[in-house]
Amino acid sequence: MSVEVHTPPPHGGIGESIKRKEDGRFLVGRGNYLDDVSLPGMLHMVILRSPHAHARIRSIDTSAAGAAEGVIAVVTGELMAQHKLAWMPTMSGDTQAVLATDKVRFQGQEVAAVVAESKYAAEDAVGLIQVDYEVLPAITSPRQAQEPGAPVIRDEKEGQKDNHIYHWEAGDQAATDAAFARADRVVSLSTHYPRSHPAPLETCGIVADVNPATGKATLYMTSQAPHAIRTVFALVAGLPEHQIRVISPDIGGGFGNKVPVYPGYVVATAASLLIGRPVKWVEDRNENLISTGFARDFHMTGELALDSEGKMLALRVHLDSDNGAFFADAQPSKFKAGLFHIVTGSYDIPAAHVTADGYYTNKAPGGVAYRCSFRVTEASYLIERLVTNAAIEAGLDQADIRLKNFIPKEAFPYHSATGWVYDSGDYVGAMNLALEKVGYEDLRREQAERRARGELMGIGLASFTEVVGAGHGKDFDILGLRMFDSAELRVHPTGKAVLKLGVKTQGQGHETTFAQIVAEELGIPAADVEVQHGDTDNTPYGLGTYASRSTPVAGAATAVISRKLREKARALAAHLLEVSEHDLEWERGRFFVRGSPDRGKTIQDCAFAAYTNLPDGMEAGLEGVSYYDPPNMTYPFGTYAVVVDVDKGIGVVKVRKVVAVDDCGVRINPMIVEGQIHGGLTEGFGIAFTELITFDSEGNCIGSNFMDYLLPTSWETPRFECFDTVTPSPHHPLGAKGVGESATVGSPAAYVNAVIDALAPHAITNIDMPVTSDKVWAALRSKGVKE
Amino acid sequence: MRVNVKVNGQERTAEVEPRLLLVDFIREHLRLTGTHIGCDTSSCGACTVLLDGDPVKSCTMLAVQADGSELTTVEGLATGTQHSPMQIGFHEEHGLQCGFCTPGMMLVGKALLERNADPSEDEIRWAISGNICRCTGYVNIVKAIRYAARLQGEQTAAPAAAPIAAAAPGGD
Repeated sequence: MSVEVHTPPPHGGIGESIKRKEDGRFLVGRGNYLDDVSLPGMLHMVILRSPHAHARIRSIDTSAAGAAEGVIAVVTGELMAQHKLAWMPTMSGDTQAVLATDKVRFQGQEVAAVVAESKYAAEDAVGLIQVDYEVLPAITSPRQAQEPGAPVIRDEKEGQKDNHIYHWEAGDQAATDAAFARADRVVSLSTHYPRSHPAPLETCGIVADVNPATGKATLYMTSQAPHAIRTVFALVAGLPEHQIRVISPDIGGGFGNKVPVYPGYVVATAASLLIGRPVKWVEDRNENLISTGFARDFHMTGELALDSEGKMLALRVHLDSDNGAFFADAQPSKFKAGLFHIVTGSYDIPAAHVTADGYYTNKAPGGVAYRCSFRVTEASYLIERLVTNAAIEAGLDQADIRLKNFIPKEAFPYHSATGWVYDSGDYVGAMNLALEKVGYEDLRREQAERRARGELMGIGLASFTEVVGAGHGKDFDILGLRMFDSAELRVHPTGKAVLKLGVKTQGQGHETTFAQIVAEELGIPAADVEVQHGDTDNTPYGLGTYASRSTPVAGAATAVISRKLREKARALAAHLLEVSEHDLEWERGRFFVRGSPDRGKTIQDCAFAAYTNLPDGMEAGLEGVSYYDPPNMTYPFGTYAVVVDVDKGIGVVKVRKVVAVDDCGVRINPMIVEGQIHGGLTEGFGIAFTELITFDSEGNCIGSNFMDYLLPTSWETPRFECFDTVTPSPHHPLGAKGVGESATVGSPAAYVNAVIDALAPHAITNIDMPVTSDKVWAALRSKGVKE
Repeated sequence: MRVNVKVNGQERTAEVEPRLLLVDFIREHLRLTGTHIGCDTSSCGACTVLLDGDPVKSCTMLAVQADGSELTTVEGLATGTQHSPMQIGFHEEHGLQCGFCTPGMMLVGKALLERNADPSEDEIRWAISGNICRCTGYVNIVKAIRYAARLQGEQTAAPAAAPIAAAAPGGD
């Protein structure tokens, strides 16, 4: 029998790959996802959505739907308007229609809702609602949005005369222009980071239960940020915040899709309030893909100025952002284009200037960061693509140009040209490890031989730097809420503990990782620490889990509160041992008298004493809460290397090898960290090669189900080889940086760079993602390449 | 219409609408919520159950079509409190993150091992290619199924071997 049996069970401190504590319920089918929530008397809601991208609503006739069997209510924008809920504020300071009253502005927009005794009855009745539309021309790109005479999508907004939303800049224009003026070489790239969708396997939903007797609203929601959602609901609906309880049950993946407030949540809550019964709304996959938070859709132009040696002098970037019909990006208030101005990446570029303009289009709103810290993915993609193109144009090796321009490890903390202060890094170390593991020199030799035979093989590199862990309160807020996070730790008399978090897992393994932080810092074995999260009545306030912020912020809060309790335990141990606190030493789980290691008290002894045998004047109990405002962001980094073979006859790209070197600082549970990287590399592969939400000229969404929006399966997903270096964050209490998104951020450029490297002999410098075989085939044919 | 099915070894009978989907029958009528809905188009496999031992996507089948069949859902994998080799494999190899695809993956894995006790990586990847996972990148799911194959092989060779429960998943 080769089953590994742990005896005694592992302590589960930092650095131990213990198995996940949360697995048990999922393995037996006893997870509790949103759609598993069923309440007595619960009704079901289905939403009617617009078939048109842009149309004026002449009339809505709900009489047949209202009379259908099992129907309790039909909700329209008019009804919502009577309760001042036809519109709601967005997280970017704009407004968004809850149910359309005047116009529909994207295909899939919410028009009406049916509440019925069953899901089937509600679906039947939705088809009976008659809407008379006057179809208007649709705008499906920022370019169209800027054309003179373009229809104004947001004509209901006072003073809105065109489709422009914002202009935003970072960096120093004069210094950048000056550096460009003296450059020996300027390499430019225009590329579209296309619209994609996080598409977690579980869609979004709510069970709204407004108790007519007490007025209390209990909202079960698929929310990555339950506390922030509660506050937004209080502001939107005018409900007193203590009368709102948001419960995020188990979440079947989020990837940013479950951060925003969606109209369905508001309608279901209003319906429950008006009807006095619980109302469930769970979107189907089509609704998820056409109406909830999309990602990316940046049209970017980058120019990189270099000297004759290939040293980078300056970077100039402009982007047009396609924000859809409502500016509803989920991002910190100060940064209109998210954290895109991290676009200088891993390189020591003395000057940079970034300009960004946002536009309304007749497409779904959202702008969520799909497994990404607020647009760092687009930034990382652009700079890494530019660097590869620069190497090809200048005839330099792609590793050499990076090594020549990396921020040296002695230069940290590093002040970037766009205003960031990078905490720590060793980019050369990560690059060299990746080159060694992928066998770079041998691959270049093989490539030369293949090229001589007319074969196409490419090696792609990407050395990304992320900026995550938002963030210090003076710069980072969402709707004014500062982006701290929290942890409350209660140690019971028998030495078992409950840790309550303001963040919320969607599969990242918080119930294990955060228990390990307590195990390390307070010495209670991870098995004895239960982690609770997702219930606003039961956890301290926090901004939630996205942008790789849980470990950087809530992980730090957990370490801080564990250390505080350890200090109280020290006083208790001193009392029990009748010695001075100063005479005590700590080893994980135990205080002992200096010089007499046998005389000691365990943390469990101290916990018991906290309730049974206290020194005079000490408050009982061993518990506390910490709200952690990080002093800076953290900057995970790494190098990814991808090897591809391209069939020049049919354009098919075969990914042969993927080597990932990640440095996320100290790894709390290396097994979980590697699992996060596997997932990110796969989503990055999908974005690079298969995933696309696009639109025809009338604004019809193409990519509205899993037969058109292609997610990677096990068959085409490459095998990954993962390695690490460890450069701790100097300001995080544990030295950790966060890792959930590194691979989605860093890998798309590595995949595409590999294709561009393969096609370099034919002077093909760009193929917009997803890099499908038809695009590769067309690019080769356009250069006259024969089969 | 009347439906008679044997679900995880238990006879169940119900009067249902002819149009009722099998997945809704399993989730709403039988309240076995371990079977999930991910796409409605047979693309993702979150709703996979075993119908007379074969994996089917229960979102694209009617409940009445299952009349007279034997169904296995994730709730039927364990024997009492003893986890099956597939469940142990997924725990030991970190084969799940959010857990939403996990029931379907484990059931496909079980069906694969019934036909092929020692599958290669390619055979496993092909078998699970009708099931989408957004979290794991499939690496550890493949390892989990291989782990289960090994464990199952050892159990077949020495059925009275060490207690599996000791290695079974902890937590709640």
